[in-house]
Amino acid sequence: MTTQTSDAHAGAHARPRVKKPRKPFSLKRMFRPERLVLYALAAVSFFILAGPLLWMLSSSLKSSDTVLANPPTALPTEWRFQNYLDVFDQVPFGTYLLNSLFVATTVTVVALLLHSMAAYSLARLHFPGRDKIFLLILCTLMVPFTVIAVPLFIIVDWLGWVDTYQGLIVPMIPHAFGIFLLRQFYLSVPRELEEAAILDGASLIKVYWHIILPLSRPVLAALGIFFFLANWNNFLWPLIVTQDQSLWVVQLGIQQFRGQYASNYNLIMAASTCAALPTLILFFVLQRRLVEGIKMTGLKG
Amino acid sequence: MAATTAGSPQTRTRWWKTRKGEQRLVGYGFLLPDLIGLAVFVILPIAGAIYISFHKWTGIGVREWNGIENYKTLLKDEAFWNSLKITAIYTFSFVPLLFIGSLGLALLVNQGLKMTGLLRSAFFAPYMVSLVISSVIWIFMLQDPAGVVNVIIGWFGFEPQAWLGDTDTALISVIIVTLWQSVGYSMIIFLAGLQDIPASYYEAAKVDGASAWSRFRHITLPLLKPTSLFVALISFIGAFQLFDPIFVMTQGGPANATTTTVYYIYQQAFQFLQLGYASALSVVLFLIILVFSLLQLRVFRDDANQ
Repeated sequence: MTTQTSDAHAGAHARPRVKKPRKPFSLKRMFRPERLVLYALAAVSFFILAGPLLWMLSSSLKSSDTVLANPPTALPTEWRFQNYLDVFDQVPFGTYLLNSLFVATTVTVVALLLHSMAAYSLARLHFPGRDKIFLLILCTLMVPFTVIAVPLFIIVDWLGWVDTYQGLIVPMIPHAFGIFLLRQFYLSVPRELEEAAILDGASLIKVYWHIILPLSRPVLAALGIFFFLANWNNFLWPLIVTQDQSLWVVQLGIQQFRGQYASNYNLIMAASTCAALPTLILFFVLQRRLVEGIKMTGLKG
Repeated sequence: MAATTAGSPQTRTRWWKTRKGEQRLVGYGFLLPDLIGLAVFVILPIAGAIYISFHKWTGIGVREWNGIENYKTLLKDEAFWNSLKITAIYTFSFVPLLFIGSLGLALLVNQGLKMTGLLRSAFFAPYMVSLVISSVIWIFMLQDPAGVVNVIIGWFGFEPQAWLGDTDTALISVIIVTLWQSVGYSMIIFLAGLQDIPASYYEAAKVDGASAWSRFRHITLPLLKPTSLFVALISFIGAFQLFDPIFVMTQGGPANATTTTVYYIYQQAFQFLQLGYASALSVVLFLIILVFSLLQLRVFRDDANQ
């Protein structure tokens, strides 16, 4: 505070250092009527969209008497961090989190490798039937998952994979959209690099591993975030394929927990916070990459 | 020497070492794992769904061929038609609201306001939270009478609502939750579309004295057409498959007021073990989604051609 007062005297309008070539801060500009309306809209939107998440966080630290108090208090009257320990004490929440982490990570890593191999093959290599195979893959894009959930369960059951990790993981790997997107990317990569390596006598596998894969790091990262997010948040498939509680992913765990502790909303919110935190952290750390990924998958998809 | 090497088996290059051979070998080899995966876990289930839909089957015991019986049942099944109606009401409320909401937010964060970065992050953050967790948070907030939503609408003089407990408001609650969770994603897509529009267009229009509204109407909207189509299409396909919030928040209730088609299929398959019937329902749902998607593409394309 004390250091800032001198700046405040220096000028009401100008902020000390403006890094980007933005318009300098100006109260006059900010308080123009149409600007005020925009700021009011922004505040309301912020309240509606971020509010529930902040409310979850705040409620997760309240006691069970105050969590549904009327009128509600914005912040806990006493901060009960104990709630988080209680959640892990009363249900195997750590197991759920680890299961989710294991399943989502495995699907993501394996899918990225297989899709990039397939996409490289479709984009660059020549063999009979290539374009027909690509068309077939594209056709599967049109079929939403919920439509095949029932027969997929029958197949997985027939394989003996119900209540197994492979049952949770393997059916989630094939994904036409990932192949399609990577193929588009590889088509846009200039051929010179590869051709030079091939002239030097490198095998195609080496070209793929040492040239194509390193080149595709940004697109793989963007796609990887999406695969991880989709699999971490997946609910329907784990619900169908696992009854064994030791295999439950966190989405199933939280749904079950809510049913059991119907009145202890402070504990339910603590559990929700734990389940939401990994993806929220992922977002704040990788925000720029994620936004790039949406633009890429969104507009060219 | 030179004449013999060409044909001699010792020195002839093996076929897979030739350029063409290697291309084929690696080409098929790289494609194979993913192709097997797609065949077993996507294509086979599609074929399986069609096949099973002509059977009566509980999952255990014998499959009994019963021709188009399932499809006949389906046509007369009021619960199915009701589920389609609910899915349609949901979809045709959700998609336009999502469209307007996310475009509005994208325009808002594109105005160069202070703290735009923070706003954008805050608007997008709910998308990182799964629909299951979103549903759990909103169940808590929609509690009757002490939930925070009822408290807030109370400030404006509204009576507390039962929300999930009332047939009139249960579906509205589901719409609110799914909008809240997914509006940020479409906002980012719209934002990317907005930022692709050259600033010079707006400057030229300003010079010509065009109002903000007419700039929006005649520059922004037409140039956002591909983006709009994409948002409309994916939100439509997603909305037609609504399941997670229904399962978590309402279990299809109260009085089947929120039983969407996918939830109905789930019930038929995994609660009543009518796998044959559930498969027939899946096939029909797929056809409906397909027809609507093609229709949507068509409408937008005709529009763009004008």
